[in-house]
Amino acid sequence: MTIDSAAMRSNIVGLALIAPLVIFLAFTFLVPLGRMLVLSVSDTELAAIMPRSVIALASWDGETLPDEEAFAAVAADLAAAREDRTAGTAARRLGYASAEWRTVLSSTARSLPDDASSITNWQDTLVSIEPAWGQAKIWHALAEARGPFTDIHVLTALGMDGGPDSGLYVNVLVRTFVIAISATAICLLLAMPAAYLLSSVSGPLAGLLMLTLLLPLWTSVLVRSTSWLVILQKNGILNQILMALRITNAPLDLIYNRTGVLIALTHVLLPYAVLPLYAAMKSLPKSQMQASRSLGGGPLSGFFRVYLPQVLPGLSAGGLMVFILALGYYITPLLLGGQGDQMLPFYIAYNTLQALNWGLAASLAGGLLIVTVILYLLYVRLVGVERVRV
Amino acid sequence: MTREQTPIVRFRGVTKTYNNFTAVQSLDLDIARGEFLTLLGPSGSGKTTTLMLLTGFETASSGTIEIDGKRIESLPAHKREIGVVFQNYALFPHMSAAENIAYPLRVRGMGRAEVEAEVARVLATVDLADKGHRRPGQLSGGQQQRVALARAMVFKPRLIVLDEPLGALDKNLREQMQEELRALHRQIGITMVFVTHDQSEALTLSDRIAVFNKGRIEQLDTPEGLYRDPCTTFVAGFIGENNLVPGRIEAVGSVSASIRLDNGRLVEADAPNRPLIGERAFLALRPERIAFAEVGDASAIPAKVKQCTYLGDCYRLDVEAEGIGLLKLKLSGTIPTPPVPGNMVQVKFSDRECRILADR
Ligand SMILES: Nc1ncnc2c1ncn2[C@@H]1O[C@H](COP(=O)(O)OP(=O)(O)OP(=O)(O)O)[C@@H](O)[C@H]1O
Ligand SMILES: [Mg+2]
Repeated sequence: MTIDSAAMRSNIVGLALIAPLVIFLAFTFLVPLGRMLVLSVSDTELAAIMPRSVIALASWDGETLPDEEAFAAVAADLAAAREDRTAGTAARRLGYASAEWRTVLSSTARSLPDDASSITNWQDTLVSIEPAWGQAKIWHALAEARGPFTDIHVLTALGMDGGPDSGLYVNVLVRTFVIAISATAICLLLAMPAAYLLSSVSGPLAGLLMLTLLLPLWTSVLVRSTSWLVILQKNGILNQILMALRITNAPLDLIYNRTGVLIALTHVLLPYAVLPLYAAMKSLPKSQMQASRSLGGGPLSGFFRVYLPQVLPGLSAGGLMVFILALGYYITPLLLGGQGDQMLPFYIAYNTLQALNWGLAASLAGGLLIVTVILYLLYVRLVGVERVRV
Repeated sequence: MTREQTPIVRFRGVTKTYNNFTAVQSLDLDIARGEFLTLLGPSGSGKTTTLMLLTGFETASSGTIEIDGKRIESLPAHKREIGVVFQNYALFPHMSAAENIAYPLRVRGMGRAEVEAEVARVLATVDLADKGHRRPGQLSGGQQQRVALARAMVFKPRLIVLDEPLGALDKNLREQMQEELRALHRQIGITMVFVTHDQSEALTLSDRIAVFNKGRIEQLDTPEGLYRDPCTTFVAGFIGENNLVPGRIEAVGSVSASIRLDNGRLVEADAPNRPLIGERAFLALRPERIAFAEVGDASAIPAKVKQCTYLGDCYRLDVEAEGIGLLKLKLSGTIPTPPVPGNMVQVKFSDRECRILADR
């Protein structure tokens, strides 16, 4: 009894101790994440600006044109929106379905007569301003945009919205993964010898090498990417050296393409691959390789059967880290990539900041998140979670 | 000479220096075929370095090493066919015991069925037939030790070297493993080179012992030889216990010398490391060779008992002998009156039980 209550008390104390962390995580991670996922399917913009139209269309059968009441509601909503300067938002939202509706809505809002009291037939008035009102299509678009939920952003992200460039985001996602995987592969290839060197030297040299590895980590990504711009551009240092050495005659195209992106990404992410690998190599006793040699294992057997399996956890932890970080890189491709090298984060940022289509941005981010989680789970399944250690 | 008589390993003038530090100095050592040779010495005396030179993990700065009459400097470690048991076993943690033992066979390209049969046979030899599927982490220290041994001998190496393989085991297990090691050595008859800094372990196990000190071999002999006839003060102090009583050399003969102790007594005894007349040297005297003297014995030395410990089969005494200093004694446990600290006693030893050793 007393033991139980003592155990209970220690449990409560334990919970109390981790509570700040849990609350912090909830507020900084779980809540925003949930908000983002909700944002990708929520659709309240239009209903907020055109409440009368949404109510009027609730009883519409969708076959014929809606009744006069609906026309009057749209006119009243748009007139009010013009006053509030929110007509543009409504127009943008309707434009997600088709860009045409955006124009229709804004021009209608602009052209409505100032004095509404003389109008008796709103249908004729609207159709005379924009003939599109005389057809059912725009009314369908309005009805679909009434919220509170929509699948339009998810469908766009998945390339299933049926529009002219509907495959765009699927292509971008594939491109993002191709770039991230390439960067990961290059990082791991370079990290192997680097980590080996680091783990085998000792004394002041080891400290110096470690410093050169860590120094870039203490420099802003923006600064590093910009430096690559200086080095890699057409008249940049690298091209001048290559030409001075007569390795090439004309300057190489090293930026605004995939090469530039991969060079800079590799540079930015290399330490994340080296460090876990270094830890794994450092903790491998020297006697392991000696044992392999004494047993008759040549360098290759020793490497593949004894060394590699034992540093694999470090290798995969580094690889996973680089891959996940690479998926989220935005600045580096923006500065050093061309049109065809922009990764998903670029489009997320574009939709958030420029297009102001937060729903689509959230859908894209959610898609990235889900694919990453699936890959991570697959990886844990294959490698085993206890072997993922840094 | 027939093959049986030629040494399997021969070190000639081997020196190994690290930067300015000489770890092994002009080492000459012949290892006989089939023997159990122990390299014994204090920490840092160069035992491991000697093994490393033999196994090929280090290269000698000068001198030659031969195995079976062939020089091996240019032979890489993985072609030397020497089984190594490491101090921490160095088992591969990601492989089962059986896979560990199969490793040397697989890198030699042996067929799967053959490997399995061989591994099973060796696992049975070390009494681990039912533990083959376990990872090293799931085995006890003694079992890991046996897997390491099995792995080092499964490929029928020319010799097996073991670097303090029992160091990590507790006392009981260590004694049990010593017996198993000796039995195994007798059973398969392979040459074994064993490193330890535990002199009792060396005495129990070895056919011969090479005593290392500061990168040199001080003495190479059988356990009995080392105990009975130590040739240097270091060996005298390291193998078993010895009282080293200082004195001055007065005369030297072909094998013996005379030393004048500080109490005026002149002792003539064997002097294996050739002291010089007038030199300060030591009389090496085993504690069990000193006895209580009868009353009236002319050669008796008066001494005061400082400490007395009863150990069942014997008493251990520290006495302060007049004109000589502190002496350790080991007396039979059946003496009629046990000495009491503070009492005066008479002790004696005979010249024949002593050795005179110059301090070098
Ligand atoms: N790689 C090295 N660099 C410099 N000095 C070394 C190196 N390896 C060994 N030494 C030195 O050589 C000397 C002999 O070392 P060794 O390992 O052979 O001793 P040991 O007899 O095996 O001792 P222990 O019983 O402690 O294992 C030591 O003083 C050691 O510091
Ligand atoms: Mg050692």
